[in-house]
Amino acid sequence: MSLIAAWGLTKQFGDFTAVDGIDFEVERGEVFGFLGPNGAGKSSTMRMIGCVSDPTGGALRILGMDPAREGTKIRSHLGVVPQQDNLDEELSVAENLYVYGRYFDLPRAVLRPRIAELLEFVQLSERANDHVEPLSGGMKRRLTIARALISEPEVLLLDEPTTGLDPQARHVVWERLWTLKRQGVTQVLTTHYMDEAEQLCDRLVVMDRGKIVAEGSPRQLIERYSTREVVEVRTHGQVTVMAEALRRLGESPEAQAREELYERVEELPDRVLLYTDQGERLVALLGEVEHESVLVRRSTLEDVFLHLTGRSLVD
Amino acid sequence: MARAAVVPSTRLAVEYWLLTYRRNWKGSILTSFLSPVLFLAAMGLGLGSLVDAEVGSGRDLGGLDYLDFLAPGLLAGNAMMLAVNESTYPVLGGFKWYRTYMAMAASPLRGRDILLGHFAYMAFRVTLASFVFLGVMAAFGSVSSPLAVLAPFCSALCGMAFATPTAAFVATRINADNFSTYTRFVIMPMFLFSGIFYPVSQLPIVLEQLAWLTPVWHGVRLCRALSTGSGVNWELAGHLAYLVALILAGTLIASRTFTKRLYE
Repeated sequence: MSLIAAWGLTKQFGDFTAVDGIDFEVERGEVFGFLGPNGAGKSSTMRMIGCVSDPTGGALRILGMDPAREGTKIRSHLGVVPQQDNLDEELSVAENLYVYGRYFDLPRAVLRPRIAELLEFVQLSERANDHVEPLSGGMKRRLTIARALISEPEVLLLDEPTTGLDPQARHVVWERLWTLKRQGVTQVLTTHYMDEAEQLCDRLVVMDRGKIVAEGSPRQLIERYSTREVVEVRTHGQVTVMAEALRRLGESPEAQAREELYERVEELPDRVLLYTDQGERLVALLGEVEHESVLVRRSTLEDVFLHLTGRSLVD
Repeated sequence: MARAAVVPSTRLAVEYWLLTYRRNWKGSILTSFLSPVLFLAAMGLGLGSLVDAEVGSGRDLGGLDYLDFLAPGLLAGNAMMLAVNESTYPVLGGFKWYRTYMAMAASPLRGRDILLGHFAYMAFRVTLASFVFLGVMAAFGSVSSPLAVLAPFCSALCGMAFATPTAAFVATRINADNFSTYTRFVIMPMFLFSGIFYPVSQLPIVLEQLAWLTPVWHGVRLCRALSTGSGVNWELAGHLAYLVALILAGTLIASRTFTKRLYE
């Protein structure tokens, strides 16, 4: 049985539909992601899973229970890392964990060793008695993750876990989340970073405007919706002009004769993307088109999103 | 991993507030102590000597010295002020700045635990400050009945009659823009015109009747009767009932506005 299952899940705020009838299932032990730009409905979905927001339509089951009737019981099995830190800045690092553990009615004798263990895990043992306020953003995030783990939850919910962190701090957080995954902790996360989704998620859904537009593992999604490689061509001149030239190149008789050079052309404000399975061959032919620089790279989820919605994930 | 389901309770939410209080209780007690000392010295003794000389402990003050008249009134007024403080910025902060309520809402705690937990803590704060106030009153010699020991509970009720509707209102606010207007033009007039500094019978009849509607007037009447031991009669039950009714109504409305804000 799935740990979390949703059918036609909907959330409306007045006339605005934030989540528009989505279906998904999360299995035990997997890391499941909601990828999408800001405003796609990820956080609203997350709040419904966290049982702090009632669905306005469809059905949702978490650990086999209905959030509308057993929200309290479900929440006692969830660990939540919210998008906006809500640590208590007046309390110490250890006290933050303690007080949160008390919300779960965990006795002091249980909490004391667990706090030490969790602070070790998020590399904050030395800061145990310090105030939270002066901690760096990355440390606060790690503390919030430790706090979410205080009740040994069955599911960890992470809403934009690394938004606002510098690259180094992100990697420390990712590394901790991998460790949790190896320990078998089920994780559900939202992100608008395609690299985060690729790094962390076993399976994900791509959301856009309240709907799920694709579902699968990062690899499956790339295989299904993109090509193996992407050739990024930049120009000093007008992108439209270059894109036109590149399209003609693809349609030329000799190109046709050598099989299809690329599947698709995407035009971005500062560059043109050519989706292909033969990047190097394509680059060799580019001399005929005037351009500034060229780069061959692997396809990413960003390309998947661009293909599915015609827009970039992060603007 | 099988674990017994958590039984959420208001007590667990109160624990949080008490833990934060442990961090600043010294400062808070000192404030609760100094405020009545300053007020009673300046107004009770300073202004009071003038009043007593003029009025001569006359009928208007019910045969009381000005200090003895003023002190229980200030006890109730002080409780109101503290309760309003505790139910404005900390409540908006719980939703917006510190997001304490949001953190609690993600745990097994229910909306009512979050709300009642904070209310219980406010009541504790106001009761504690009121007892400190009573101690200062005693030191000034303005306690003349053993019933006075009940007065801090009454002033706490008076405080909560303000805190509960105030918190209900604050839960609907996006920002703190209206708070100082509320304190200055709603709370302050009640402090000045509800029988703390002089009997409301001194006011024009319209204002006097208006004063009867304010919770603080009822709190003042209760505290004054208990600290002086005079006028302890069934009228007090009416005052109590009025304050309790306001607290219940305030809590009911707050539970709606809190639920809306927490779980929208």
